[in-house]
Amino acid sequence: MTTSQANNPLGPGYDGVPGKELRFRDVFRDTLRAEMIRDEDVFLMGEDISGGFDKDTKEPLDAWGGPFAATKGLVQEFGPERIRDAPISEAGFVGAAIGSALTGLRPVVDLMYFDFVTVAFDQLLSNAAKSRYMFGGQTRVPLTLFARSGAGTGHAAQHSESFYSMLAHIPGLKVVVPSDPYSVKGLLAAAIRDDDPVFLVNDKKLINLTGFVPDEDYVIELGKGRYLRRGTDVTLVGMSYTSIACQKAADQLAEIGIDAEVIDMMSLSPFDEDILIESVAKTHNVVIVDEDTPRASMASEFAAVIADKAFDHLDAPVKRVTAPHSPVPYNRDLEIAYMPQPEDVVRTVRKLLGHE
Amino acid sequence: MDISKEKLEWMYTTMYRIRRFEETMLEQTFKGNSMGVTHPSDGQEAPPTGICAHLTEKDWIGSTHRGHGHCIAKGLDTSAMMAEIMGKATGQCGGKGGSMHIADFSKGMLGANAIVGASIPLAVGAALTAKYKGIENESVGVSFFGDGASSQGVLHESMNLASVWKLPVIFACENNGYAEATPAWYAVSASDIASRAEGYGMPGVVVDGMDVFAVYDAAGEAIARARAGEGPTFLELKTYRYHGHFHADDPKKYRKPEEEQFYLDKDPIKHFEATVTKQKLMSAKQLKAIRDAVEQEMLDAVEFGMNSPMPDASALYDDVYINYSNPIQGLR
Repeated sequence: MTTSQANNPLGPGYDGVPGKELRFRDVFRDTLRAEMIRDEDVFLMGEDISGGFDKDTKEPLDAWGGPFAATKGLVQEFGPERIRDAPISEAGFVGAAIGSALTGLRPVVDLMYFDFVTVAFDQLLSNAAKSRYMFGGQTRVPLTLFARSGAGTGHAAQHSESFYSMLAHIPGLKVVVPSDPYSVKGLLAAAIRDDDPVFLVNDKKLINLTGFVPDEDYVIELGKGRYLRRGTDVTLVGMSYTSIACQKAADQLAEIGIDAEVIDMMSLSPFDEDILIESVAKTHNVVIVDEDTPRASMASEFAAVIADKAFDHLDAPVKRVTAPHSPVPYNRDLEIAYMPQPEDVVRTVRKLLGHE
Repeated sequence: MDISKEKLEWMYTTMYRIRRFEETMLEQTFKGNSMGVTHPSDGQEAPPTGICAHLTEKDWIGSTHRGHGHCIAKGLDTSAMMAEIMGKATGQCGGKGGSMHIADFSKGMLGANAIVGASIPLAVGAALTAKYKGIENESVGVSFFGDGASSQGVLHESMNLASVWKLPVIFACENNGYAEATPAWYAVSASDIASRAEGYGMPGVVVDGMDVFAVYDAAGEAIARARAGEGPTFLELKTYRYHGHFHADDPKKYRKPEEEQFYLDKDPIKHFEATVTKQKLMSAKQLKAIRDAVEQEMLDAVEFGMNSPMPDASALYDDVYINYSNPIQGLR
């Protein structure tokens, strides 16, 4: 499979490619396993990833299969040296991972919840992202980190963040956001094989979803978006789980005669300016959907690029559908209201197109 | 004394080189030839020298904003260092790092680091690489940091990690008594920082950081433990910086003259000279020949830096990433 096929207008599941329906979490683990088999310098590090140890034998128990079962079975297969369970000390073990990357290994760090990135933020910003530049190109930091983001699961304010733009803002760091089993396989493999530090943020709401995944080994080029649906009236821009919200919104819009195009960004740094401009040049209307809070968000950044480079193509202002400028609430009704829902996207599109 | 003649010569050369590099660097800074802030380490020559005397290029060190001494002891080229401080294209990092970010990965030097404490887990990570590859006997990690960093959480996390994972790490705390102007007696809750090592299940040793032989002995034991797979050691090296926190800081505003004199009387270079001549291990003539060679090296370093070109304007955009599809240039 090639990258251009990955950007097939029909999206994943197109004809003729051998593959099967798989669960996001299983694809995630199988990709980790495949990359560890492929390169023995690849190893995993994170809290609870080997799920406890037997007090007598000191053997790992794999009780939970790691956070969200992302590493289930791997410690039995690769042993505790390559599935390195870390004490709760994000700054310390992310720093150690960076040190191991600077000295020849390819660490993959499970940070559990995306919110925890702030505990390790200095290591990520000052060491992982800056070492190559400030040392004059002497070195590389082939580090991959992943963590779970997003509201909607009752995890409340400190376990539900989606602040992608805080990472995308950092020169030297790359950020990717898979939105289905197909994209997580290609993006995770690409991240691990990339020689720059890459952060893969995966929304918790994706973990138990299924989708078509080709059997063969493939990577998705970092920095490329894809069309999930082609249309002519309005462009809906999604990232991570909001790509799914956009698809649902497009289905609802089709019922009232509005033909929406859906873009899944997949990468947030670098990101695909061309696909945004290409689509807006065709549809002349755009709604960007982001579960992050609105100020200085990816939605704002995409809007700025479209305003700068596709202004003449626009028939109406660029619209954003985002979370409010607030922490994530616990109460289920409030939490649902916090997240951009397909209905919010539909309402925004109808208003934008004067389709009231 | 159980130190070879070659090693003694190396130790004296290294200490004198650090001393004269810092003095020369300060002269150049005050002449306006440095492009930024510098943190001299003269007075603190013994810890990097006594520790790095046991290391090879396969061992890794992490360093601090006050990192010139660590760089020199790890074998970095003083001309490339001087050019870096002058911001030149020939500098150790192409003029893009400056005094606080000098690194040489070919020499096992993970970089000076200007976030206090931030390089500590990097040395732990280098030790993790050694353990992962089964080469602990030839590659250990040494983390240099100060009394200021001893209050940073990341040190404590790193000590716990190194102990839990039994990694070949030496935590080398250069306690020079001050974090900027704040004295350690105010900011550090323990009278000996090394006493904290016990809580992390590793030996903690207090060492006279003005005596290179004492440092050499303590470091030798710690590094041998690490190479044998016995895990980390914490060394607290009680030392002193002769200058202020940074080049333009006057430490007389916060240090007493009698305290400064106490450490000047314990000067590590004078102590070395007195010891080796008294024990007839090196002659005054040998020592002078080393000093003369270092003086010439410093003249050469300054000349190299002054005559070197500035980085090309395009260097602004280089090496942010290895590959990146979006523009790096700013919006104008």
